[in-house]
Amino acid sequence: MKNRLFINVLLTCLTVLLTGQELLSAPLDPNSTPPADLAQKDFWDRIGSWTREFPLEIHGFGEVRAGGRFLNDPHEKDMSIMETRMQWDFFAPLEQMSLKYKADVYGDFVTKDVHYDMREGNITVPFEFMDVKVGRQILTWGTGDLIFINDLFPKDWVSFFIGRDTEYLKAPSDAAKVSFFHDWANLDLVFTPQFDPDRGITGERISYYDPFSGDLAGENAKISAGNPDRWFRDYELALRLYRNINSYECALYGYRGFWKSPGGFDLAGRAIYPDLNVYGSSIRGPLAQGIANLEVGYYQSADNESGRDPLVKNSEMRYLVGYTRELARDFTGGLQYYVEQMVNYDNYVCFLPASIPARDEYRQVMTVRLTKLLMNQNLRLSFFTYYSPSDSDVYARPQINYKINDNLAIESGFNVFFGDYPYTFFGQFHRNSNFYAAVRYSF
Amino acid sequence: MKTSLSGIMIVLLAGLAWAATEETPDVDKIVHKANLMAYYQGNNGRARVEMTITAYEKMDDKGNPIGDEKKSVRTREFIILRSDVQDGGDQNYYVYFQKPADVRGMVFMVHKHTDLKQDDDRYLYLPALDLVKRIAAGDKRTSFVGSDFLYEDVSGRSLLEDKHELVETTEKYYVIKNSPGAPDSVEFQYYNVFIDRQNFMPVKMEYYDKKGKFYRRIEALKIETIQDYPTVTLSKVTDINKKSATEMKFSEVQYDIELKDIFTERYLRRPPREVIR
Repeated sequence: MKNRLFINVLLTCLTVLLTGQELLSAPLDPNSTPPADLAQKDFWDRIGSWTREFPLEIHGFGEVRAGGRFLNDPHEKDMSIMETRMQWDFFAPLEQMSLKYKADVYGDFVTKDVHYDMREGNITVPFEFMDVKVGRQILTWGTGDLIFINDLFPKDWVSFFIGRDTEYLKAPSDAAKVSFFHDWANLDLVFTPQFDPDRGITGERISYYDPFSGDLAGENAKISAGNPDRWFRDYELALRLYRNINSYECALYGYRGFWKSPGGFDLAGRAIYPDLNVYGSSIRGPLAQGIANLEVGYYQSADNESGRDPLVKNSEMRYLVGYTRELARDFTGGLQYYVEQMVNYDNYVCFLPASIPARDEYRQVMTVRLTKLLMNQNLRLSFFTYYSPSDSDVYARPQINYKINDNLAIESGFNVFFGDYPYTFFGQFHRNSNFYAAVRYSF
Repeated sequence: MKTSLSGIMIVLLAGLAWAATEETPDVDKIVHKANLMAYYQGNNGRARVEMTITAYEKMDDKGNPIGDEKKSVRTREFIILRSDVQDGGDQNYYVYFQKPADVRGMVFMVHKHTDLKQDDDRYLYLPALDLVKRIAAGDKRTSFVGSDFLYEDVSGRSLLEDKHELVETTEKYYVIKNSPGAPDSVEFQYYNVFIDRQNFMPVKMEYYDKKGKFYRRIEALKIETIQDYPTVTLSKVTDINKKSATEMKFSEVQYDIELKDIFTERYLRRPPREVIR
């Protein structure tokens, strides 16, 4: 429904724009009324010249991707991914603005469905001191590598865990982004009129630990969360104020909205998205032949500031420090250390039902990234791992990608989860560990 | 009056001719002029670049392919924008990829610093994720986009990195031998640059490895004068060890265009009209 609305808006804008251009370029001479057939010929000539001149670029790819679990999961299918996908990307850089439409159609053999997923459908209008981008768009900011503190734009964790291209970790936002530029600082404002939650774990395709049953759950107990979805009332507002100081990128962030994945339950036991405000900052720049980054954020859980409500997440402080550098030619390494500190931890422990295992006050995660390019950079070996010393769990993502020629690429990889406990963030996904392989033709 | 003027002209021309033939400029002057010629023409510039990377089955020790057998042919196409912060000094580069399809719309941006103490700032923009990445400056002798050109070949190697020695002056060229100040940081022992005596354009570079064996060559195959600036419009690098060669063809070359400061995050996320139209 939402998709159709956006396509209509896009098409309407296109029409207005084109007819507008036609009107402007039409010769205004009231004395000359050409014969009807000539006028018609003229019309088709114009259409012809317009299609020749209209700068439309069409690209995309076709892809087949297949994979399976290597552990038995009683709640899910053995096939973790099996899909054929086609992406179309239309881009029109016009005189005063640019138009973008990018959408995927894929046949999914796991859900036995054909899906249409519009990734982008937007208009960008640049001004001297300001850029405006309205419509469906992918948004990213912040300094983390696959760890997000101040980037509260929607993520698609299911796609990430089942081995789709990393592009799909970012789910689209239906938003207006207004960016102001000044010598002193730049300001990005992103307004999302209707809350865009993460495409998170619901039990469909990926099983999870259900704290109420104390057991793993999947297709048998899908989470149906009640999203706040009233237009212009359940909105999200995100802002970033940033500037470069020499080679260092400094930024301040603010967010008003909701926990992006269910952050609590209502009294009926249904998952909910409580209110969330985030305040943060980051800095990134060169350090000893590498790039270092530091980012912090305060997650203010507005519905449970005291931490006394066991049904809603407590507030958190989140910290991230990272460093990446070249270790040898075409070989880079990156390290990150991330901490989630629960605020009012004593109250959380005090009010937590006895049946639910308590989390640590400080959840810590380390990540390691190693990337090696070989064979004239056509072969890429990459290894990314999350390891949590506090949760004692691991999520490893080794991957190999080879570009056979300018158009054709193959890739294969693993998503491996393990941990000491069934209820930790990565540990709960142990039985979802999978491998995948894909062939992609880009044009 | 007329005679005296032409008399002066003759004297002047003779003087110039003498200067060109007899007086050999100081080696530092030559390399400085050649550097400006190769990397600093105009205040800024724009060009479309087509790269063809060809891997051969066999190649002789002079870098000529033996037979027609090719292992693979890859292409790259991008628009490059350059702006000089200071002539002979810092520069900004903006590279907007158009081909191959899987990297289309990707932007690579460099704030180049010639001061050896300061690393270049490199940014990469991935449009599918709307992600601005910083890339560790690291090794400048890494392949540029999988071609046989290195980062340093594209944006220039700082003159302060090498010791320069004029080893030969031929009828057409000054031949400069360049030896690295920090030999462990590079894979070559030295390289010779052939600089056109007329206009100071470097037209050929020959690299020798640690054992003194010739293994790599960069040559200007076509030079055109664009807006009064001599410009290399076709260049080729041959790597004998890799049995691979890359041709780089420049078209739509323009100098001194009206270019705002587009070397910022704003224009990574929204490429300027200079590259998308």
